[in-house]
Amino acid sequence: KQIFTSNLTDVSVSARPTADIISTVEFNHSGELLATGDKGGRVVIFQQETENKSQSQWRSEYNVYSTFQSHEPEFDYLKSLEIEEKINKIRWLPQKNAAQFLLSTNDKTIKLWKISERDKRPEGYNLKEEDGRYRDAATITTLRVPVFRPMDLMVEASPRRVFANAHTYHINSISVNSDNETYLSADDLRINLWHLEITDRSFNIVDIKPANMEELTEVITAAEFHPHQCNTFVYSSSKGTIRLCDMRASALCDKHSKLFEEPEDPSNRSFFSEIISSISDVKFSHNGRYMMTRDYLSVKIWDLNMENRPVETYQVHEYLRSKLCSLYENDCIFDKFECCWNGNDSVVMTGSYNNFFRMLDRSQRRDVTLEASRESCKPRQVLKPRRVCAGGKRKKDEISVDSLDFNKKILHTAWHPQENIIAVATTNNLYIFQEKVN
Amino acid sequence: MQDPAPIGLSLPQLAASRCNLCWRGRRSSSFTIKPGLQTLMTLAIKEHEQHERLEKLKTLFGLPVNKAKLTSQRTRLKNQNGFHLCRLGREVYTFVSTSRMSGSLLNMFSKGTKRKFSDGDEEISDESLVGARVASSYSLQRQSLLDMSLIKLQLCHMLVEPNLCRSVLIANTVRQIQEEMTHDGSWHMVAEAFCSAGQSPSERLVATEVLCRSREQDAEPKLFSVISYEGCREEEVVADETLCSVSVSDTVSNVCLAGRIGQCWEKSELSGVERDEEALEDSRLGSGEDEEIDTKDRASTESPKTIGQVFGTFEIKNGSPGPDSALEELFSDVDTSYYDLDTMLTGMQSAPKMGPYDILDSLAPSHSSPSIVSTPNCRSDLNELDHIMEIIVGS
Repeated sequence: KQIFTSNLTDVSVSARPTADIISTVEFNHSGELLATGDKGGRVVIFQQETENKSQSQWRSEYNVYSTFQSHEPEFDYLKSLEIEEKINKIRWLPQKNAAQFLLSTNDKTIKLWKISERDKRPEGYNLKEEDGRYRDAATITTLRVPVFRPMDLMVEASPRRVFANAHTYHINSISVNSDNETYLSADDLRINLWHLEITDRSFNIVDIKPANMEELTEVITAAEFHPHQCNTFVYSSSKGTIRLCDMRASALCDKHSKLFEEPEDPSNRSFFSEIISSISDVKFSHNGRYMMTRDYLSVKIWDLNMENRPVETYQVHEYLRSKLCSLYENDCIFDKFECCWNGNDSVVMTGSYNNFFRMLDRSQRRDVTLEASRESCKPRQVLKPRRVCAGGKRKKDEISVDSLDFNKKILHTAWHPQENIIAVATTNNLYIFQEKVN
Repeated sequence: MQDPAPIGLSLPQLAASRCNLCWRGRRSSSFTIKPGLQTLMTLAIKEHEQHERLEKLKTLFGLPVNKAKLTSQRTRLKNQNGFHLCRLGREVYTFVSTSRMSGSLLNMFSKGTKRKFSDGDEEISDESLVGARVASSYSLQRQSLLDMSLIKLQLCHMLVEPNLCRSVLIANTVRQIQEEMTHDGSWHMVAEAFCSAGQSPSERLVATEVLCRSREQDAEPKLFSVISYEGCREEEVVADETLCSVSVSDTVSNVCLAGRIGQCWEKSELSGVERDEEALEDSRLGSGEDEEIDTKDRASTESPKTIGQVFGTFEIKNGSPGPDSALEELFSDVDTSYYDLDTMLTGMQSAPKMGPYDILDSLAPSHSSPSIVSTPNCRSDLNELDHIMEIIVGS
């Protein structure tokens, strides 16, 4: 499939209200399926349906393909605490046969789901009626061979594996290895390595829990396997560092192979420096040469061969730097924004407040702020770039920082692996934007 | 005394502008106000609103209106302890005390216009006032940030585990502020506070602004927060006041802070609390003679020890059940039916000797000499509370 790299601002849109707050969005490896997880423990999968593909102007629609309840709320009797059913992450497995597999996780348990289609059913049993009732053997006079007949498409989701009881703390990331046999799950203090077939054992590969919990000052915030090297993974911390580990070095990867950390800018130092340096998401580029980290105010691109500073830094919403105190008070400063790469690693995208999201073009050094809202998005109309006025005189069409709605945040975004189609999750809606091809 | 219906502030409201003494019910998105304070405030509100309604009616009927009384009520309702109950807006109240910083604090409070306060505002020259304002505003800023962080560490869900990352970040911020205040020399010896039994109680800064704009800003500060000091002991509360007025020793202050941090998820760390008590005993006895450095050292060891109890909940619980009146009072306005079994099972007990919002309870002993008492003093506080209420209603 072709990869389009034209003007970022020509986008068309479809919006879909959701029953519950979306907590994760993920395209599968072909981009045909889009999975969303919500706070109620449900997974909704959308399937791409392309019309008019042969013509120059085509558009895809994503329609609901399957919905199932992945996780239920649980109660931990030992600690007398509820375990939320909110889906924290979904990761697709590469497709091996007709069925699709995905991993979904809440705070404590990871489940492997098989999503399969059924469009044929057997008819003509000898011992059973069509509705399933057993026939009286005495009434059978002839034998026939059952045949498969087409039926309405039915999509079934069934849990194939449940990986439970391996995490004391809240799972924040899962990542499937490029070997397609193992995956890692990371919580606040530990990272475990699982085999997809084995549910009763996992290996602990990173443990940063101090012997004395009182000395705890740093937690793991995200982790990911390298897209090509099955021995390499990275994990980010709340102190703004990223550690790259090689599993060949030792069984327990507490010692990192590389430590990525940018020295702090002393001019910007404040009481909130540490909080805003906490990395909320880390993503490898598709080609495996770079990785991207998202902290509160910026997106940084790191070259895996250079540890002392990122190669590119983009400000997402620098106008918030003067508002850190109020953002601390209303807890917004702890929001965990995700980020994503496009198919050819030329553009990165991340969310912001007021239903804004940002697209940052690395190759052309351009960036644009767009809004995902019903008012500003009409189907098949081009999105208008938005501007935020930090202070002073507000120009026309600009929105001032004080009018931003901090309850409307876009934390989860996803980019189709091959085409310029993006999925953006606001609080109540899932927006799918698609580039208009002229 | 009957508790009136809780005053609810929705989370966005709270987040948007003003904080208040509040406690977040389990998994609910609204804040309710602790009974004691709520009662006090409700009475004040009711009285004021009644008066307002009355005045409105009077206006409707063309009768003369007592505007002066209305205005003065609107600005402050003063009680005998030197506290001002200021109405900042609908349903939002805050306590402001007269303190050494009263001049600059109230200047900021009053949107840049100078107000006269009868409680002894000194005459200061303009220059030094400006300088004092700048310096004090930074300290206040820092102080309010510290208080806000402590409140945050306490406002955690009781049924769902709090977010460890968030807690670690807040705890680190608190440590950072502590360190800076220590280096600044802002922490003085608390020996004064301990040894002088009959100290003046009114120097208790209960509320500050949270300044998020530049110091020169004189627009209405949007954010307010009320400090809650739910220290384990009276003497800790006493230390708090000096904390606010910038004169506390390291050990006790750190134990205070750590104690509060520790109480956040102190569900069953009975041993931890005992350690806390012991540490406090030691510090109390020894602080008089200690050098600042020594106390600092002790602080650094003690502080992590009890800060660590924050994260201790995530470990295996080992407490034994034991009822505690302060704790029950803390949760008294929560639907406890679902809870009772939990508290029994997990052994939630004496962690907070005084709930974070027993602020009025701690007000009471301000009159008497702060004797070093180790038991919760809620019962006597209620009597004092009645006393305070009478004064409020009477004004």
